[in-house]
Amino acid sequence: MVAQFVRLKLTLMGNAFRRSVWQTIGFVVGALYGLFVVGMLVVGAIVLGTTDPELAGTVVVLGGALAVLGWWVIPLFAFGVDATLDPQRFVLFGIPQRRLLAGLAVAGVVSVPGVATALSALGASFAWWRTPLALLAALVGAVVAVALCVVGSRATTTALAPLLESRRYREVVTVAAFVPLVLVGPAFAWLGAQLGEGPVDGEAVGGMLTRLAGVVAWTPFGAPWGLGAAVHDGAWGLALARLVVALATLAVAWVVWDRALARALVTPPTSGGAGRAKGLGFFSRFPATPTGAVAARTATYWLRDPRYSGSIAVVPLIPVVLLVVGGGAGSEIFLALAPFTAWILGFSISADVAYDHTAFALHVSSGVPGRADRWGRALPVLVAGGAVTVLFAVVSVAVAGRWDLLPAILGVSVGVLLTSTGVSSATSARLLYPVPKPGDSPFKQPQGAAMATLVAQTVAMVLVLALSLPFLVPGLVAVLADLPVVGWVTLLVGAVVGAVVLVLGVRWGARRYDRGAPELLQRVLSYA
Amino acid sequence: MVDPVPVPAPVPSGAPAPDPTLRPATAPGPQPGPPAPPNPAAALSLRGLWKRFGQKIAVAGIDLDVPAGSFYGLVGPNGAGKTTTLSMATGLLRPDAGTAHVHGTDLWADPAAGKRQLGVLPDGVRLFDRLTGAQLVTYAGLLRGMDRDTVAERTAELLAALDLAKDATTFVVDYSAGMTKKIALATALIHAPRTLVLDEPFEAVDPVSAANIRDILAGYVASGGTVVVSSHVMDLVQRMCDHVAVVAGGHVLAAGTVDEVRGDQSLEDRFVELVGGRQSTEGLAWLRSS
Repeated sequence: MVAQFVRLKLTLMGNAFRRSVWQTIGFVVGALYGLFVVGMLVVGAIVLGTTDPELAGTVVVLGGALAVLGWWVIPLFAFGVDATLDPQRFVLFGIPQRRLLAGLAVAGVVSVPGVATALSALGASFAWWRTPLALLAALVGAVVAVALCVVGSRATTTALAPLLESRRYREVVTVAAFVPLVLVGPAFAWLGAQLGEGPVDGEAVGGMLTRLAGVVAWTPFGAPWGLGAAVHDGAWGLALARLVVALATLAVAWVVWDRALARALVTPPTSGGAGRAKGLGFFSRFPATPTGAVAARTATYWLRDPRYSGSIAVVPLIPVVLLVVGGGAGSEIFLALAPFTAWILGFSISADVAYDHTAFALHVSSGVPGRADRWGRALPVLVAGGAVTVLFAVVSVAVAGRWDLLPAILGVSVGVLLTSTGVSSATSARLLYPVPKPGDSPFKQPQGAAMATLVAQTVAMVLVLALSLPFLVPGLVAVLADLPVVGWVTLLVGAVVGAVVLVLGVRWGARRYDRGAPELLQRVLSYA
Repeated sequence: MVDPVPVPAPVPSGAPAPDPTLRPATAPGPQPGPPAPPNPAAALSLRGLWKRFGQKIAVAGIDLDVPAGSFYGLVGPNGAGKTTTLSMATGLLRPDAGTAHVHGTDLWADPAAGKRQLGVLPDGVRLFDRLTGAQLVTYAGLLRGMDRDTVAERTAELLAALDLAKDATTFVVDYSAGMTKKIALATALIHAPRTLVLDEPFEAVDPVSAANIRDILAGYVASGGTVVVSSHVMDLVQRMCDHVAVVAGGHVLAAGTVDEVRGDQSLEDRFVELVGGRQSTEGLAWLRSS
């Protein structure tokens, strides 16, 4: 039974390659990269184990615990568990639960992350190659750890599935997941700055890590990784205790998975409670014209579709990121806040038709004029984005204490917002690329779309940059050469150039749309 | 408008007389003689529609006249080209060759005028499902350029007629498959089109709702509208439609009034006879339980 599951998994992976050569190439490149990373990890562990076994033990425990934690938690937030072998699909075969579980568990290792984890864990055990007994213990620990990763991730996702299946919960969690993701970079920057400042006490940091590893090695996440180190130190009691913790965790995870799966198999997935909204919302407040209707629909989606509201959730974090990267309020980098935000907001509608997905058929069959479609999508961004941009411009100038630069910053920001909205209106009627489908996680990038996405986004970015030069240059002169007078020129040029680009972009996009709306629809249909 | 040209005379709706649009089964390949010009009196007049996707020719020269005021069924096996034909007839898919006229307007020459007269229920497309049912129907009405009061009034009536009034404030994403079909139908009806083109309208719809929808469509035809439906269910087409076309392999095999096409057989038997492909039920002996 286990062999059958593994073979099924391999067949499914193999069939995925037959769909396109590019996908195969992507997989090979990804696999080579993964092998490289694994190789580096293993070599690093062996070198460290040879020179400083104590530090090696600390690093292995901490890194390993992070890996287990990642396996358990990440599927809940972002990607969902690999559903290639969804237990629901085996319901009708009447497979005994015990064999089903064993098959799924082993097949769970047969995946790119599974193989990478297994190879790293086994390879890292060779940090103790000088002490054969410790090596043996570490290998046992590695096997237990990999089992813990796979079984634990199945246990958490299966047990929490009823929660995860509720659309509302999923959406809230996905939007919330943007926050830590955006803050990861700045957090590292901050940590680096803290360590970089003043005399670094290497001893103190090392001691802290060792103490931390000592604690983590007792937790279910770290226990299997501490086996090798314990045996190396000759602490047999400690090794035994860690093995017991790890095996007990594995047993508990197995039982939880078993129970949850038994329940899930007789409870078909439901979508949870239905969401409701009173009244017509924006539809009763915006003008009753095709343009107004498209604008009302777009505004509704900005608030209600996680693929859009995720980017709204990011906006308040931009100042935080810039503050950290710039290293404080005094920095000139913080003055980039408003233009940067304006660019992101304008850029966010550059794949609008792809985001509609096949619902776009309604626009085509209704014969919506291109003018209405383009302006309707652009106006909500311009109005809401304009307010945010002006607010951010004022805030950044106030924080930097440079009120004299307000016209320059405002000019660049408004210019960038109008320009990037105009460019997006044009490109979204011409350069389509697959995006996460309605209802999918915003993190779920469609396979095989990397090239089209890259081309479309690069073209849009270069266009915005080139068209922004007329006000970007005086803006930079005003700030860098400290010539606030040039700021007024920037404001004027920014407003005029931005408005022209916007109108031309929308017109060009509308013409393209009128000529080729059915072709646009067929493109999105091909993404289905 | 185009002057009446000597074409097969338009069929008065519901006329029992032999239908001149009935053609014998056309063999694949070029047709003998010049193609007939489009019929300006027909609700839909397709001439030489042709579409190919890569190697596969999905629709290979379809000529079809849907008389105004008819209830027209389009039947065919899976992959016959029904959806492709209807997409080309409603402005969703540009044909490689051929024309589609809607009440005398060349749809692909003047899409705006053509689409104004059409209400479309495409198959296999999503809806803007983050809107509530009422919002979605309102959206469809406003997109058609209707005024707010008319849209509000018709939205309420449509939701009531389709038994969706109590779900008007529910997001469409949380609708069942049948409710989704019904709300999509409402978006196709809101602007009171002269011709309705519905691709698989009864799929996943429960029997009671299906009966309600049939009543609505029958009333719409009785008041002079034209309905084109595609379906797999022969029985339904035989009972509901007055005209039918059998499509397979991208060709029209037979078209005309239901009685003409089926002769003295049931529509289902005639369909199987035209399309072929029935397997003899030899073998599978082990499946017999006794």
